[in-house]
Amino acid sequence: MSRYACRRIVNYFNLSVSVLTMGFGLFWLAWILVTLVQLGIGGIQPSLFTQMTPPPGSSGGLGNAIVGSLIMTGLAIAVGAPVGILAGTYLAEYGRHSRIAGFILFINDILLSAPSIIIGLFIYALMVVPLGHFSGWAGAISLAAIVLPIVVRTTDNMLRLVPENLREAAAALGAPRWLVILRISYRASRAGILTGVLLAVARISGETAPLLFTALNNQFWSTSLGRPMPNLPVVIFQYAMSPYKDWQHLAWAGALLITFSVLALSVVARIFLRGTEQQP
Amino acid sequence: MSNGAETETREASRTSAAGNEQDRRGGIRLSVNPSQAGEQPRRPEGPIKLSVRNLNFYYGEFRALQDITLNIPEHKVTAFIGPSGCGKSTLLRSFNRIYELYPNQRAEGEVLLDGQNVLDRRQDLNRLRARIGMVFQKPTPFPMSVYDNIAFGVRLYERLSTAKMNDRVEWALRKAALWDEVKDKLKQSGHGISGGQQQRLCIARAIAIMPDIVLLDEPTSALDPISTQYIEELIHELKSDYTIVIVTHNMQQAARVSDYTAFMYLGELIEYGDTDTIFTNPAKRQTEDYITGRYG
Repeated sequence: MSRYACRRIVNYFNLSVSVLTMGFGLFWLAWILVTLVQLGIGGIQPSLFTQMTPPPGSSGGLGNAIVGSLIMTGLAIAVGAPVGILAGTYLAEYGRHSRIAGFILFINDILLSAPSIIIGLFIYALMVVPLGHFSGWAGAISLAAIVLPIVVRTTDNMLRLVPENLREAAAALGAPRWLVILRISYRASRAGILTGVLLAVARISGETAPLLFTALNNQFWSTSLGRPMPNLPVVIFQYAMSPYKDWQHLAWAGALLITFSVLALSVVARIFLRGTEQQP
Repeated sequence: MSNGAETETREASRTSAAGNEQDRRGGIRLSVNPSQAGEQPRRPEGPIKLSVRNLNFYYGEFRALQDITLNIPEHKVTAFIGPSGCGKSTLLRSFNRIYELYPNQRAEGEVLLDGQNVLDRRQDLNRLRARIGMVFQKPTPFPMSVYDNIAFGVRLYERLSTAKMNDRVEWALRKAALWDEVKDKLKQSGHGISGGQQQRLCIARAIAIMPDIVLLDEPTSALDPISTQYIEELIHELKSDYTIVIVTHNMQQAARVSDYTAFMYLGELIEYGDTDTIFTNPAKRQTEDYITGRYG
């Protein structure tokens, strides 16, 4: 067999294997989505958003859990994203050549892959135990602790992708360092940084373990951050595990809601970025 | 390093003025009669803009420049040539201390800009850089509109009304021979224009802040011949107002655009003088070997 024929066969083999593995991956994803829609779509109705979580046997919705999740997620992003972006900026812009920055990045990567239940336990020991009760604050902070390493990592990565000669060109005009970062580096990498923040939103909107230890849950309307706060993931967890059919239906509806919110968020962000990003 | 004779018409006209030592069809005649070698090339005449005194440059432990001393005349084009790694870009980068962005890089000696030592740490770096514009090898448009690319630098130093800023942007773009091509695209991204246009945009950006000196670090090495020709013509236009220093790999380019040429090798300044002499009758054997293509 000629070398060329041999190469063609290898090429064909590699192509088939990659297509098959892609199909394998997509198969499970599609299955999950289809199941989610099949079981959850029936629960999507106005009362889902307006009524609060019911006792078993009576009708209700997930309104309180949705609101609680929105509050805690928003708060976690409001705390975690700015801190993460600033930290990532330090690592990529100021600390690039320093040993301490490399060390911090290493620690950050460990934090990035730390199981979220450990973060939940940490905040539990830090906030819930001393205060004596579960609270929305503790939930938001534990989610922020998950957001932080994600945003630090993506910000650092994206800023490192900004070509060095762009910074040189701005510095050569006499622009001070902070202005170069603000006007040039951020501008060149904003799509990536925003993607990192969205990734963090997607990640924490489904996190259950840290909330079990911190915000716990609440059957009633409660927007007070000082008290246990209702939230979607823990409601889904409790309801899905319950023996009651109507609770299980609500759990599926909640799962569908989270999945499609995250999907919608990334679609909207992509459209938005395509509109503003003039770069090819 | 052959660009072909057809791109060298300007050079031919230049050489005919300089005497008949060159072969017109081949552009510069790159062979030197050894019996003529040994004459000292003429040193720069007229006012000196930038004066380098005993400059040493270090990348960590590595000494990249060895005791460089040379004078760069005002309103002339000075070219640095030499093989890769000879230190020509390093020399250029020490004029505006752009190397300070990186740790482990340092310069010793003096670079006097109108008598003031640029390397003195007490010099305000950003004021200094306002007087010395720089254009890089790869076009570096900022991720913003063509207009804002120019206005960015201007806004660092001046608070102009919209009308005045519009005038300044137009002035700089005209000066860089780019206005007619981009006047309808001012709001478009700086990335949306061609590579040659991007490089002229960078030149416009550099001159918009009214520097005294423009440093060009291999400004055409990423461009096609037509764009290169535009830039070279531009350099000719600009030298009446600015002192220009250009680093180039392309010897024909140095011969075409510069008044004075410095040949560097392994971090040392081998020979410096008027371009015609350097290219036709260099005093040093190494210079001759390089320009005749025997190494580098």
